[in-house]
Amino acid sequence: MKIIADTKALHQLQKELKEKWDPQKPMVTICAGTGCRGYGCVRVKEALETEIEKQKLNVGVRATGCFGFCEKGPLVVIHPQKIFYQQVKLNDVPDIVAKTVAKGEIIEKLLYRDPNSGERILKEEDVPFYKKQKRLIFGSNGLIDPTRIEDYLAIGGYCALAKALSEMSPEGIIGEIKKAGLRGRGGGGFLAGAKWESCRKAHGSPKYIIANGDEGDPGAYMDRSLMEGNPHSVIEGMIIGAYAIGANEGFIYVRNEYPLAVMHLTLAIASAREAGLLGKNILGSGFSFDISISKGGGAFVCGESSALFASIEGRAGEPRAKYIHAVEKGLWDKPTVLNNVETWANVPLIINKGADWYASIGTEKSKGTKIFSLVGKINNTGLVEVPMGITLREIVYDMGGGIPKGRKFKAVQTGGPSGGCIPESMLDLPVDFDKLYEVGSMMGSGGMIVMDDRSCMVDVAKYFLAFLQDESCGKCVPCREGVRRMRDILEDICAGKGKEGDVELLETMSQAISDGSLCALGGSAPNPVLSTIKYFRQEYDAHIKKKRCPAGVCKALIKYSINPEKCTGCGMCVKVCPTAAASGEKKKPHTIDNETCIRCGACIESCKFDAINVE
Amino acid sequence: MKKVTTTIEAKTKEIIKKYNQDKSSLIAVLQEIQEQYNYLPKDALTTVKEEMEIPASRIYEVATFYDSFSLTPRGEHVIKLCQGTACHVRGAAAILDKLERTLGIKPGETTSDQKFTLETVNCVGACALGPVMVIDGEYHGQVNMAKVDKIIGPLKKGAQLS
Repeated sequence: MKIIADTKALHQLQKELKEKWDPQKPMVTICAGTGCRGYGCVRVKEALETEIEKQKLNVGVRATGCFGFCEKGPLVVIHPQKIFYQQVKLNDVPDIVAKTVAKGEIIEKLLYRDPNSGERILKEEDVPFYKKQKRLIFGSNGLIDPTRIEDYLAIGGYCALAKALSEMSPEGIIGEIKKAGLRGRGGGGFLAGAKWESCRKAHGSPKYIIANGDEGDPGAYMDRSLMEGNPHSVIEGMIIGAYAIGANEGFIYVRNEYPLAVMHLTLAIASAREAGLLGKNILGSGFSFDISISKGGGAFVCGESSALFASIEGRAGEPRAKYIHAVEKGLWDKPTVLNNVETWANVPLIINKGADWYASIGTEKSKGTKIFSLVGKINNTGLVEVPMGITLREIVYDMGGGIPKGRKFKAVQTGGPSGGCIPESMLDLPVDFDKLYEVGSMMGSGGMIVMDDRSCMVDVAKYFLAFLQDESCGKCVPCREGVRRMRDILEDICAGKGKEGDVELLETMSQAISDGSLCALGGSAPNPVLSTIKYFRQEYDAHIKKKRCPAGVCKALIKYSINPEKCTGCGMCVKVCPTAAASGEKKKPHTIDNETCIRCGACIESCKFDAINVE
Repeated sequence: MKKVTTTIEAKTKEIIKKYNQDKSSLIAVLQEIQEQYNYLPKDALTTVKEEMEIPASRIYEVATFYDSFSLTPRGEHVIKLCQGTACHVRGAAAILDKLERTLGIKPGETTSDQKFTLETVNCVGACALGPVMVIDGEYHGQVNMAKVDKIIGPLKKGAQLS
């Protein structure tokens, strides 16, 4: 692409690209995010291309970013009718091309079926998963090919940048972001505009801009989907931010576990540079800015600001004391603004549509939308973008479609390892930064892990402590040793060795750990334990006093048995049992010897008659 | 595995040169070495120490701090089992037990025939597929015990992934 000299040239180019971008033109889009790739969408895409060519049709195939509805991938949309096909397999391709692409005929079995009404739904926007969403940040993911800057430009990309550089002063931009009330999407919820303002006023140069794409919270992947599916929106936000605070150099810190995100960001930066949108004298404004990618090494603590700086500087990611502010002394001790990927993607929207419009969405103190990843024991796993203030119930039931296999909802865990578990009685809680904090959890980066009655809350607390013990950098003793000791206590409780007073001891230790740790990882490490004690104390008591695991998870506290009425004596459990604990004569009810049984669950998985009980 | 055509020292020098000996590029340099050899060979780290003028203790600190580095050779097939929360509530712990039994190793270890390395990762962000297992970069979703046997069995006998 040629260098875009100025705002006028940008608008001219956009006009040309838009004309070619006719939504009425036949086109097949296919979701090519990491989730759908796991389902084999790349082969489906190639097959679509081959088949379309074979049938001599003049229809393009576009691999886009993630559509969000990961449960039902691979996802394919046929334009211009916007026919939405889900769970598309390789052998569906010839039919799709011959019937739908060529003649507009609908293939019923590929349409989404509403599990409640049984009705087949034709268009994406009518599927309940999408209906209540407000996809301001995430919506373009399913439209554009993230590897082509032309696609982003055609849908109005880099307009906000042009507006910021030609019509707005740096102070004006900061004022707009402040007025919009944009809060950091990475977890802290700090006001982005206030951060920018402090950094602009800070002494010292150069100044730096960083996008945090470390996304260490297990179960959260919205940042990855943005980096993969719409990398230019993040880059555009960063350039605007850099202009506002007066930085000429920026970094995107991205997890090494996200190879596709790294690839698409690298491509996007290169093409933005080629178009003159990064580099010297951007759009003829005299402002210069460039971005490099820094790949993380797989350490959760590097999502913390000062640890992240250490990692970019080539050191081990250990946090430092919080009284040193990043906006004054951040990367290489220079003034630095660090915002999360999703926060940056909000910036072009605010500049384009104005702070007043933006502030009209959401709640009093949490503005705009938030992308959540709805995962775990939920029917519709995926990414949902919703206005702040929507209730948990709407997210879990209206979009998420409830709990699989008709089981009972138990809790939703938000905020990653620093967050907490919210019980059923609070499902009508409006979701925003402050409300989640009030109930002992937090927004975090937006992971929502749904748990049903077969999830043991003591086991979940133990899981998070194991995670945090692994990820503690080791600098502060209360976090390094305290989390380990708390985990030991939970291991004992789960192994049937819990004692009276353990819960109180856990509470005391929690207080000491959060008081005595430097960074948020240590400070919030006890949250999963505290929130499960608060809302699920009866489960702790069952483990400690009755030596029972009500959810049937903790191996030492459960027994397997075979229901003789359901067992047909097929012998599958005998075949898969690794310790020969299952036995019996063919065609007669089998039994399990609990002395040799290791509760691996292989028999439950293999039994077609649901005959194995766990107590 | 890639064929070693140049010596470790020469290859490492080549990588360091790409980053202009810049000390802050240590992590990126180690990542490239790891990509090349599947682990961080001692000879490579000695070269890094000399060429980049970084004390060995600091290189060791960085190489052991970040999960993605390995100081011992990894196996022909690297199995990464996701231990994210979504995978955990869907039974990833049982799959880990199964892999440990099948391969006879613990996470972080390599089988004695150098065929398999078992690793756990915090989250690969493909939660709809959970429990997820990534083998040599390929994602396997909704893994259960039968699937582990089906995938690992042929690899044990020497078959390559499709």
